[in-house]
Amino acid sequence: MRLFEVRALSHFFGGLKAVSDFNLAFDGGELMGLIGPNGAGKTTIFNLVCGVYHPTHGEVRIEGRNLAGLFPHQVTAMGIARTFQNIRLWPEMTVLDNIRVAHNYRLNYSFLDAMFQTSRYREAEKGIERTAREVLEIMGLRDYAEELAKNLPYGLQRKVEIARALVIRPKMLLLDEPSAGMNLGEKEALIGLIRWIRKEFQLTIWLIEHEMRVVMNLCEKIQVLDFGETIAQGTPEEIQGNPRVVEAYLGKEID
Amino acid sequence: MSKYSLTLLSFLFFVSAVGLSWAGVLSSYIQLVLMFVGVNIMMSASLNLVNGYMGEFSCGHAGFMAVGAYITSLLTVWFFTAGSIFGSNLLPPAWATVLFPFILLFGGLIAALVGLLVAIPSFRTRGDYLAIITLAVNYIVKSAIENIQPIGGARGFMGMGRVVNGMQEVVDIPWMMIWTWIFAFLTILIIKRFVSSTYGKGIIAIREDEIAAEIMGVNTRRAKMIAFMLSSGLAGLAGGLFAHILGYINPGSFGIMKSTEALVMVYLGGMGSLSGSVLSAVLFTLILELLRPLQLYKWVVVPLILILLMLFRTEGLLGHRELTDFFPRLRRIFASREEVHAAL
Repeated sequence: MRLFEVRALSHFFGGLKAVSDFNLAFDGGELMGLIGPNGAGKTTIFNLVCGVYHPTHGEVRIEGRNLAGLFPHQVTAMGIARTFQNIRLWPEMTVLDNIRVAHNYRLNYSFLDAMFQTSRYREAEKGIERTAREVLEIMGLRDYAEELAKNLPYGLQRKVEIARALVIRPKMLLLDEPSAGMNLGEKEALIGLIRWIRKEFQLTIWLIEHEMRVVMNLCEKIQVLDFGETIAQGTPEEIQGNPRVVEAYLGKEID
Repeated sequence: MSKYSLTLLSFLFFVSAVGLSWAGVLSSYIQLVLMFVGVNIMMSASLNLVNGYMGEFSCGHAGFMAVGAYITSLLTVWFFTAGSIFGSNLLPPAWATVLFPFILLFGGLIAALVGLLVAIPSFRTRGDYLAIITLAVNYIVKSAIENIQPIGGARGFMGMGRVVNGMQEVVDIPWMMIWTWIFAFLTILIIKRFVSSTYGKGIIAIREDEIAAEIMGVNTRRAKMIAFMLSSGLAGLAGGLFAHILGYINPGSFGIMKSTEALVMVYLGGMGSLSGSVLSAVLFTLILELLRPLQLYKWVVVPLILILLMLFRTEGLLGHRELTDFFPRLRRIFASREEVHAAL
């Protein structure tokens, strides 16, 4: 049984074919990239996997279980966490609270426990605060725990977003353009960070990326999308030499 | 010691309010104003949960208040008094002393269920749409009561005064002052505990970015449902108390004007600020009383205050902050248990 599998996934927005016949499989432990020009349908695929959209055709399975018809928070509970292309932290909440909220899917106390502050409630909240602070510590964000998320510089906000995804203890981590808006130094640091969390948390990572330096450096395998269709698949070297990929990115050569 | 200071302060206030009323030091008018302050704290704090913390826009809060007021009043009058509508009393009037809080809670529960009816269709709507739905519910509740003739229709319903008198015949203490402030403190405690739990923080995450909240594992439907039910249930409690303080209610008191008052209090105090809601409920109730000599013109002055507020301090007196953020020294008094532990 495969860790994660996407089979014959297609999605239409009205008459527009956003994704067509997309296939992919992870056995576990890979670091795979999804690239393609703007509007190729990359983020749409992430949204289909996470349950934001429901696919027109095809299926997504994690550990053999079909994700069809699940709400996003249920997909999260199955072990898929993601970050967003445009950072989507909760800006007016502290960094610590941003991390705390991500524990919501496995809260084991009820509303009444919270009202009477039962021992079960206090235990759970203590545990949540501990894991949240641990993750912040690991990610080097300890000093920012009480800061409002909106006050952090861009690079750190990305890190908080990754930290927030990590407390979900995902089997699969989906990163949507993690290097967007970063400068050269930050990108280098990001590559190191992704490698490190992958080893530390033994994650399977699937990332969308525009920045070729990051993709080629990080990914073992790359899938290229254009107009919703897979046009190439393979190792970074194979992709770089593939004429269809070059054409999709740079256009056809004029004879 | 400091962690008990807020409780101590509230307790002192409670004891002096009740004691002074009992001793006859406070005139019945002052007592009435004090009880309205309590009811208004419940209204503004509970509406703040939906409008401030969750970031939705509910503008029919008086509808839930009406449900609580009528359910509670009908039950107490039916149980404890003999009258033309329900015939002789079911239970001895003295029992009201014990049963009153339970009947009040039942009224709140029914109001919460009505809140659930509003929450379900509002899952898919935000902003303007929810505002229109809640506005419509406010009108539906008001018109429905106006058209049920057996409970007085538009003329209103009374008899709660006799219920309270019955309680006072058993033990002569200011019952309504006691229950109003007990429930006002409970309301603050409930909301405080709710929004500081990880569960309740999910509500704030919905305000900040609903899609991110859903994808990061918050069951947004359930969270909205609970917040809405809690908010309308607490408004129902406020309604039950309001009815028994006045001894007379009519559907006209639960119109759009009442909902607007609750909205004004929330925006005056600041969205997502519990101490702001309490502060503004106190200020607003007192300002309305002070402006009473102006009669109808006070409804020119009060909205004017709101306009000035929106022009010069859009976030309200304490937007998204608590009193302790402005006056850190107060932390010594108002410190929560966690903060004390953190400081140690």
